[in-house]
Amino acid sequence: MSILVNEDTKVLVQGITGGFGGRHAGLSLDYGTQLVAGVTPGKGGQAFEHGDHRVPVYDTVSEAVRETGATTSAIFVPPPFAADAILEAVDAGVELVVAITEGIPVMDMMRVKEYMRGSGTRLIGPNCPGIVTPGSGPDSTGGCRIGIAPGYIHKKGNVGILSRSGTLTYEAVWQVTSLGYGQSTCVGIGGDPINGTSHLDIIQLFNDDPETEAIIMIGEIGGSAEEEAAAWIKEHCNKPVAGFIAGATAPPGRRMGHAGAIVSGGQGTAEAKKAAMADAGIVVAETPSEMGKALLEAWGK
Amino acid sequence: MNIHEYQAKELFDRFDVPSPRGQMAETAEEARNIAEKIGADLLVVKAQVHAGGRGKGTFKNGFQGGVHLTKDPAEIGEIAAKMLGEVLVTKQTGEEGRLVRKVMVADAVEIKHEYYLSLLMDRDSSRPVIVASTEGGMDIEEVAENRPEKIIKQRIHPLAGLQGYEIRKLTAALGFQGGAAKEFGKLVKNLYRLFTSLDCDMVEINPLVETPDGQVLALDAKFGFDDNALYRHPEVSAYRDTEEEDPREVAASEFDLSYIGLDGNIACLVNGAGLAMATMDAIKFAGGDPANFLDVGGGASKEQVIGAFNIIKSDPNVEAILINIFGGIMDCNVIAEGVVAAVQETGLELPLVVRLEGNNVAAGRETLAASGLAITGAEDLADAAKKAVASV
Repeated sequence: MSILVNEDTKVLVQGITGGFGGRHAGLSLDYGTQLVAGVTPGKGGQAFEHGDHRVPVYDTVSEAVRETGATTSAIFVPPPFAADAILEAVDAGVELVVAITEGIPVMDMMRVKEYMRGSGTRLIGPNCPGIVTPGSGPDSTGGCRIGIAPGYIHKKGNVGILSRSGTLTYEAVWQVTSLGYGQSTCVGIGGDPINGTSHLDIIQLFNDDPETEAIIMIGEIGGSAEEEAAAWIKEHCNKPVAGFIAGATAPPGRRMGHAGAIVSGGQGTAEAKKAAMADAGIVVAETPSEMGKALLEAWGK
Repeated sequence: MNIHEYQAKELFDRFDVPSPRGQMAETAEEARNIAEKIGADLLVVKAQVHAGGRGKGTFKNGFQGGVHLTKDPAEIGEIAAKMLGEVLVTKQTGEEGRLVRKVMVADAVEIKHEYYLSLLMDRDSSRPVIVASTEGGMDIEEVAENRPEKIIKQRIHPLAGLQGYEIRKLTAALGFQGGAAKEFGKLVKNLYRLFTSLDCDMVEINPLVETPDGQVLALDAKFGFDDNALYRHPEVSAYRDTEEEDPREVAASEFDLSYIGLDGNIACLVNGAGLAMATMDAIKFAGGDPANFLDVGGGASKEQVIGAFNIIKSDPNVEAILINIFGGIMDCNVIAEGVVAAVQETGLELPLVVRLEGNNVAAGRETLAASGLAITGAEDLADAAKKAVASV
């Protein structure tokens, strides 16, 4: 078990013929991901070739789904076309859409989110590193890698990791692996102010996943998603949780790289998030170097 | 991105959001001509800078106040002459102040009541929200804190748009009546159209005023735009005034670096926004003060590192640099080679602490050690922060 994706998940990539999408599609194939289709309007009938792999490219998502049975889509299309690409995947009945694209206008995401209410599709991201469920092969291959994370830092195991940020996720994954433990699934939910899936959504999935024994939740300044998740954890979560919040030294009113990382009107501060997490019994690391240590403390290892 | 008050006025005019008659001037003569054209009983001259506290500011030439009222149009030229080309210091500009290159001359309308009205992106509901209050002209956060019952909120369905009943609810809650109620309704409707058409993330009118003759006008406004959507609004992008920005941030944007200048003495250079924030925090935790936020993105190429070093070097407060890179996909050795080349090319003399982790890290550390340069290696981020703080 794992959450969201496993080694059997059939994945398509929207924007597979672009440089960025193609590069990471190749890395996902190397990792063992069941990447069954690519979609680029106007390039239907071509193939995406990588080593011995030959992945068919379709003009539309619905055609790709019909021909290959893909249930998950990774979106690498440029920002002006990304909202349209997400909606196309929703319309085609894709169960899980992972939007890697950074820089989608907030107004577009607001409409996408509203449109998706009540649909059967879950959106992860946008502006996220993606999802990895490690496999049992060398360097954790044989699992499912969707997005841009380095595969080899993972190891199959029982720690669930979630974060808004890419490199902070990798830090946590690497520390857990270096300590000799592994991950059930790692999810980057993205750094934008409006995203498809929240910290709380992922915490609930980890809590229900029998393979996940402990959780690392990484947050950053802006919004109140971490506080919401902490409140739920306090009441309902039956697994040990460690955490970290980035941005304690960020000046108010400035966006710190991520569109969503901003303290405005005194809301979304690192102090408030850390306090809410500590109050929920989460072991909060003071620096990202100590995320692994905090996990072991929470987990009693 | 911030815009000037006169630019906000231009946007209001374009979307039929009523505001007092006024115009921007770059010379004293222009200011006087505009004043005569407006021909109001009372006129106001305002220095145009991206900083608050203008009214209570002081010019370096000794002239008091960046906002002046007068009944005499002839006097407008004299006031403008004392502002233009002079440096205004307010509580938000710091000691160095800001050079005033433009002023705005406007009708200082008579005010019956001041309200507060804003439109923002509400993260919790992922919808636009209108925030309004009868307590205009003051700090709205203070009102929200002490008298929350005075704050009215109306969330808008993003696909259906602003509805008539929502406008009527707001109108009633604020107590507008008769002609003013009608004027307010029109203003809110047009403001919502402006907000969505231009991809704003905030438009704040404070105060929104009602005049004795029933007009409802936006007196002062603050705009925030979604940077990710500026590509579809070239006319808004053209409002960018780089003279009002930190020159280091302007230079960084040319190299596609995400940089924010701070007051400390330890610069940092990191890949990834989350890790970059965490690196600043680690410097503080180790007893130091970060000089900046700097995210070089996923790659950290040699060109970007050179660009980053040049920006960091232009900050006179910087006494040490901390590089923190998690080489995920990218080979740490390639990053190390880039750092070494950048140090050599820029002739960097500041203490440099480098923490590398990830793909092919052993070779990367070897490259740094063999470079013959004074680079201090670090085990992890906490160690790197400690070493950087100790080096100054």
